[in-house]
Amino acid sequence: MDLNQKRTRMVDRVDSVDPDLVSPESTPMCPFPDEVLEPVLSLINSHKDRSSVSLVCKDWYNAERWSRRHVFIGNCYSVSPEIVVGRFPKIRSVTLKGKPRFSDFNLVPEDWGADVYPWLSVLAKAYPFLEELRLKRMAVSDESLEFLAMNFPEFKALSLLSCDGFSTDGLKAIATHCRNLAELDIQENGIDDLGGDWLSCFPETLTTLQVLNFASLNSEVNFNDLEKLVTRCKSLRVLKVNRTINLDQLQKLLLRAPQLTELGTGTFTQDLVTRPVADLEATFGSCKNLLTISGLWDTNSLYLPVIYPACASLTFLNLSCAALRSFELAMLLIHCKSLRRLWVLDTVGDMGLEAVGSWCPLLEELRVFPADPFEQENVAGVTESGFVAVSRGCPKLHYVLYFCHQMTNAAVATVVQNCPGFTHFRLCIMNLGQPDYVTNEPMDEAFGAVVRTCPNLQRLAVSGLLTDLTFEYIGKYAKNLEILSVAFAGSSDLGLKYVLGGCPRLRKLEIRDCPFGNAALLSGLTKYESMRSLWMSACNLTMNGCRVLAKEMPRLNVEVMKDEDSEDSQAHKVYIYRTVAGPRRDAPPFVLTL
Amino acid sequence: MNMEDGLNLTLGLPGRDESDKESCFKNNNNNKRSQLEMNDESNGSSDHAKEVDMENAPATKSQVVGWPPVRNYRRNNIQAKKASETESGMYVKVSMDGAPYLRKIDLKVYKGYPELLKALENMFKLTIGVYSERDGYKGSEFAPTYQDKDGDWMLVGDVPWEMFMLSCKRMRIMKGSEAKGLGYNV
Repeated sequence: MDLNQKRTRMVDRVDSVDPDLVSPESTPMCPFPDEVLEPVLSLINSHKDRSSVSLVCKDWYNAERWSRRHVFIGNCYSVSPEIVVGRFPKIRSVTLKGKPRFSDFNLVPEDWGADVYPWLSVLAKAYPFLEELRLKRMAVSDESLEFLAMNFPEFKALSLLSCDGFSTDGLKAIATHCRNLAELDIQENGIDDLGGDWLSCFPETLTTLQVLNFASLNSEVNFNDLEKLVTRCKSLRVLKVNRTINLDQLQKLLLRAPQLTELGTGTFTQDLVTRPVADLEATFGSCKNLLTISGLWDTNSLYLPVIYPACASLTFLNLSCAALRSFELAMLLIHCKSLRRLWVLDTVGDMGLEAVGSWCPLLEELRVFPADPFEQENVAGVTESGFVAVSRGCPKLHYVLYFCHQMTNAAVATVVQNCPGFTHFRLCIMNLGQPDYVTNEPMDEAFGAVVRTCPNLQRLAVSGLLTDLTFEYIGKYAKNLEILSVAFAGSSDLGLKYVLGGCPRLRKLEIRDCPFGNAALLSGLTKYESMRSLWMSACNLTMNGCRVLAKEMPRLNVEVMKDEDSEDSQAHKVYIYRTVAGPRRDAPPFVLTL
Repeated sequence: MNMEDGLNLTLGLPGRDESDKESCFKNNNNNKRSQLEMNDESNGSSDHAKEVDMENAPATKSQVVGWPPVRNYRRNNIQAKKASETESGMYVKVSMDGAPYLRKIDLKVYKGYPELLKALENMFKLTIGVYSERDGYKGSEFAPTYQDKDGDWMLVGDVPWEMFMLSCKRMRIMKGSEAKGLGYNV
């Protein structure tokens, strides 16, 4: 196989590289002995780079596989654990992602899969000295956590994001048995919170903790044990507590850990004032290294100011749990001149966003979440004018996630003119199929402006009333687009055909409730092997269409989720992904692999 | 969690009449979930999703599963936040015959009787059964009762919810035989 061909193929991460296919004529191109090559390669951390390295020649493939310490698997079903351990003998850190992203919004049935246990049992044999495990959207049981705790004596870092199936009992096992634990990061999981006593399971001898995040757990922990833990872990740099921790307790923790760089507070108000506000303020002032603050539940004008002394060096402020009003945000942001990332609720309104534009010239990322996503009448929130205001004041803005109820094409065009560097543009107009509220036209021109003006666009989420024209623009102009999310949009098969015919870098495409049918699906035949996955639900696909795809492309898994209510011929939810592991062996009865 | 997401396949432009899209109260279930006792999962998927029939504060428009695309964690955060934001809360004591100690619940957290009863069932690990005006809580050993402002013991469910919230001073889950006089039929 021509080496040039291989380089331009979109093969990233752990992938379908058959060692026998790698060019055997390697020697003349690779004068470096292994002793030189391996240390050099060990400095390369990016997965994409390592993939490229492994494709150069057989020697480099081998040197790369021996020097790799971290493997990233973006779709746990794209490869089997056996293949991974067979290729990479010396892994210390594994990142695994499971369910399709739309499972976050309840579109994927329970018991769909992505169980981590089969991975763990293979990893335990191959990598007994595994140190790190990062899981996203995986099904994790208590048994899995117990297995992890008991079988990896060097285990150091566990990160669980958007996983489900476990309880605090599993966390007890981790806390009890992982003697070298440095990181426990539990975020936004579907967890059975049976109580806070897991925290008390950390032994007195554990002093290695650097990251502790239990903000998303609800139960009260034993504060004495927490305080002692924080005191003895001198390297603790990230501490994110949950709401049950009150201000007094937070103060005590901060006094014990002034070295923190990331802080997630507990409830940030109190009914009984036991300590003057000035004390708290002084404590925050003594935390010279804080870069991130989050939490701040229930905070208000009285207590929020205590963080001001720490704001000057903050780079990330996560206010998405604090329903601030515009003036409260404005007063706060005056002190936050170094801010690069800001997450807020839309309670701050357009005026709050104007303050963002005024006070945060270095801002790179803004996320505005809806405080009342399901409220459909009397909705306040933010509008197009807030969006424009931010773009005027923050020319470095490149990441936006914006939930709103109204938008105009002109406003979006202005925003991207002010900020042409967008890499991530995720706009969610919450009312389905909403046109430009001023002109009553579809929002096609808005997204047309985005893709034309922002050459570095990697991720796009569209919304509002959209015709096929939007997708024509996307297919034509979005040369660097990797991730596209579409819901309730488009007029015909053409829409999807445009995207599949363009967007050379597309990796993940997720579509729901669009009038795209079999012809559109099949127009992308040759593209799917260069993508990680395609999700289509509530579109116009039929079983026959999916069968044709499955037949033509044997290296894809074409999975249809059967639905009690839909007719037999309809393919209600379809998930298509490339894989070297063949059809899933653990598919539940409602998942048909065609 | 139910598998279907209640949406018809359509060929028309989006933005058509909302009523063409089948409604599904999944999202409402998620909202409720955070209001239930703290031992419940904060995830969207759990047994509670099967309670699709639960009465709810009526949505003025039909709600679509997974829309807007706000993650469960964030949704539950918001709900819990709103619950705590309203004034102090209406805490009433709840006793159950045979249980060694009382519990306290905040009536403000619930939107109606079905939610309240589900919460009580969870809290005390029992089944209360379905309320009917004629027969009370037929088919269950337990009947939820409350003491109102006048000091009288009433069967939960007879008066409109708002009236109940304002007049309820304390609650007692009675065992079947005792509740007979209150409309429970053996």
